Amino acid sequence: MATETHVIAHGPELRHHFEQPEQQYESATLGMWVFLATEIMFFGGLFAAYTIYRTAYPDAFASSSQYMDVIIGGFNTAVLICSSLTMALGVRSAQLGQRKPLILFLIATMLLGCVFLGIKGYEYHHKWVEHLVPGFNWNYPIPQYSHHAQILFFLYFVMTGMHAVHMIIGEGILLTLVVMAYRGRFTERYFTPVEITGLYWHFVDIVWIFLFPMLYLIGKHKLL
Amino acid sequence: MSTLVQSPQTQQSKNYLNADHGWKSWLFTTDHKRIALLYLISITFFFFIGGFFAVMMRLELLTPRGDLVQADTYNKFFTMHGIMMIFFFLIPSIPATLGNFLIPIMIGARDLAFPKINLLSWYIYIVGGLFALGALLAGGVDTGWTFYTPFSTLYSNSYVMAAALGVFISGFSSILTGLNFVVTIHKMRAPGMTWGRMPLFVWSHYATAIIQILGTPVIAITILLVAAERVFHIGVFDPNVGGDPILFQHLFWFYSHPAVYIMILPGMGVISEVIPCFSRKGIFGYWAIALSSIGIAVLGFLVWGHHLFTTGQSMYAGFVFSALSFLVAVPSAIKVFNWIATMYKGSVSFETPMLYAFGFIGLFTIGGLTGLILATTAADIHVQDTYFVVAHFHYVMVGGMVMAYMGGLHFWWPKMTGRMYPEGWAKISALIVFVGFNLTFFPQFILGYLGMPRRYHAYAEEFQVYNVMSSAGASVLAVGYLLPMIYFIWSLKYGERAPANPWNAAGLEWMIPSPPPTFNFDTIPVVTWEAYNYHEPDAPEVEVGH
Repeated sequence: MATETHVIAHGPELRHHFEQPEQQYESATLGMWVFLATEIMFFGGLFAAYTIYRTAYPDAFASSSQYMDVIIGGFNTAVLICSSLTMALGVRSAQLGQRKPLILFLIATMLLGCVFLGIKGYEYHHKWVEHLVPGFNWNYPIPQYSHHAQILFFLYFVMTGMHAVHMIIGEGILLTLVVMAYRGRFTERYFTPVEITGLYWHFVDIVWIFLFPMLYLIGKHKLL
Repeated sequence: MSTLVQSPQTQQSKNYLNADHGWKSWLFTTDHKRIALLYLISITFFFFIGGFFAVMMRLELLTPRGDLVQADTYNKFFTMHGIMMIFFFLIPSIPATLGNFLIPIMIGARDLAFPKINLLSWYIYIVGGLFALGALLAGGVDTGWTFYTPFSTLYSNSYVMAAALGVFISGFSSILTGLNFVVTIHKMRAPGMTWGRMPLFVWSHYATAIIQILGTPVIAITILLVAAERVFHIGVFDPNVGGDPILFQHLFWFYSHPAVYIMILPGMGVISEVIPCFSRKGIFGYWAIALSSIGIAVLGFLVWGHHLFTTGQSMYAGFVFSALSFLVAVPSAIKVFNWIATMYKGSVSFETPMLYAFGFIGLFTIGGLTGLILATTAADIHVQDTYFVVAHFHYVMVGGMVMAYMGGLHFWWPKMTGRMYPEGWAKISALIVFVGFNLTFFPQFILGYLGMPRRYHAYAEEFQVYNVMSSAGASVLAVGYLLPMIYFIWSLKYGERAPANPWNAAGLEWMIPSPPPTFNFDTIPVVTWEAYNYHEPDAPEVEVGH
């Protein structure tokens, strides 16, 4: 049939149910955008909970902000923004069909992601030492705010924790991309996986861009 | 059109059912039609589990005193009935079976955009289902399907975690199905298949997918919070330490009210296909029906507060949610009026799918109108948490969605299996379902109005006569559901072979053989005709195709 020759003419990346490579590319991209819409609503539930409790208990929340280290958080934000840059450069290398820069940029993105996660782990450890982990190790220095601050720290751990889970998944996908790129799977005609991973990675960064001011900056009175 | 109809030789040969054999060819398939059948079998399994608990409840409610089971067990019955029926039957029902099977064919595609993700969604659904089954076998859950806090997080001693995890996991299956549908409908339409030529079944699934994509993640995070709260007791939903249980209800209903439209919109899509076919007439008000689906999806996100009229939401919020809930009745009514207008002066015939469609229109209308009573804040306080509410949503969910699902299954059964079902038996069972359904649930309107609260295993003696009627109706209904189960299976072997288009219906799915070949179309069709191009009896012949 005509369709058989069609498929062969476009190389192995084109799956049988697509007519054109453009159709496959557009489907994959749209699919990722739709998935990101889902993700926005997923984090949206947490943002809603945060907003409601912040409005209900402003003093307790303000008191807790002094235990967030703005310097470390700010540095981590910078690390993440840099990783977005290397990711964007990686996508560009893929589009230009440059295999070596692609691999290097992907690895750089992974490393920056690991730095972020490492620093996040350090912050978690610090919270543990300061008895600020709800449910496990909780002893808030200001007793009258203890219950309400516990809710804030719970939300802090759920929100940053879900963000970190997304980062870890992203690291896994990046590793897969590195292997694929090493094997020469991407050309200037086929780079869809790199591009949609880029979308995902940027989204995870943007979530952090919202988390950072909400958790670290609002209600902050003095830099420690 | 002639390019689509395949020669008789190919019709007899390979199709998606006999293209490959063995269990591996099913469990590792990426064919949307095979995945639809996997879903069909799995949701039927969960339907009968949910049905079992319905039977147990109706048995208990035969007498005013709690003599069959104690209150604790009864709590588990209605909880497991709700969880199984809503999350594991109704939500996947039409989208995952008929939608999965038909959407690519209806728009002239070879498969959904992401066949592997489609298979993944079935596996996720099964894993979620296993968690729910595990909770059931371990001893059940007693929170009600709504998992209200702080009962579910602090006090319940049942297997809340396993059931909640099951719901959490199966939600991702729903999201992936919706994602697949949206991308498929945007990017996989055949040349000439414009948005205005798509069957309304596809439009209604597009609207459903929007809700699945935007609503389901919210319940995912809500369940995650409930689970964390249950394990760590931090107090996010515990009023004793400043947590807000109403916040849980807002988050829960933000998904679970739109989820009601996940459960009804696909049914409306089925009805929009069946009615033109058996009226031999094009659909009346195509765009009105198509856009009212989107309208329902959008408005559906703005009405969740009507579940909180009596639970501590502010009075003014109640006003707003009440008004918005009235609004959502408008697009639903538009559909009903257009279906009736479609039948007007059509040559209506009474095949089984049409009988179910009639049942749908009548019962859904009753369910919808009683919803308006419940959306009225003052009236709602009278019937809040009574059997009136139970009757209302069963008229929509069972009288609406299950009727549509059964109608759709009969309508496309010849296409899916290549066999005709026995029309006589099917008509009888459609009538049994209709009678049994009304006998089961109409008395519950009266019970609720008289003040019988829901979710109790015992009741005052004056309610007994209506409860006996309801239980009698449930047994009739059970027969109505078992009969199709038997004759559908029977028809797989003994049913008459189905031609490509047994109903003389319009639509791309009827232009390919029954059952369809694995890749649906040898060559992708070029669509040059409008949807529902049924020849009207007096209308002049219109040239279609080419």
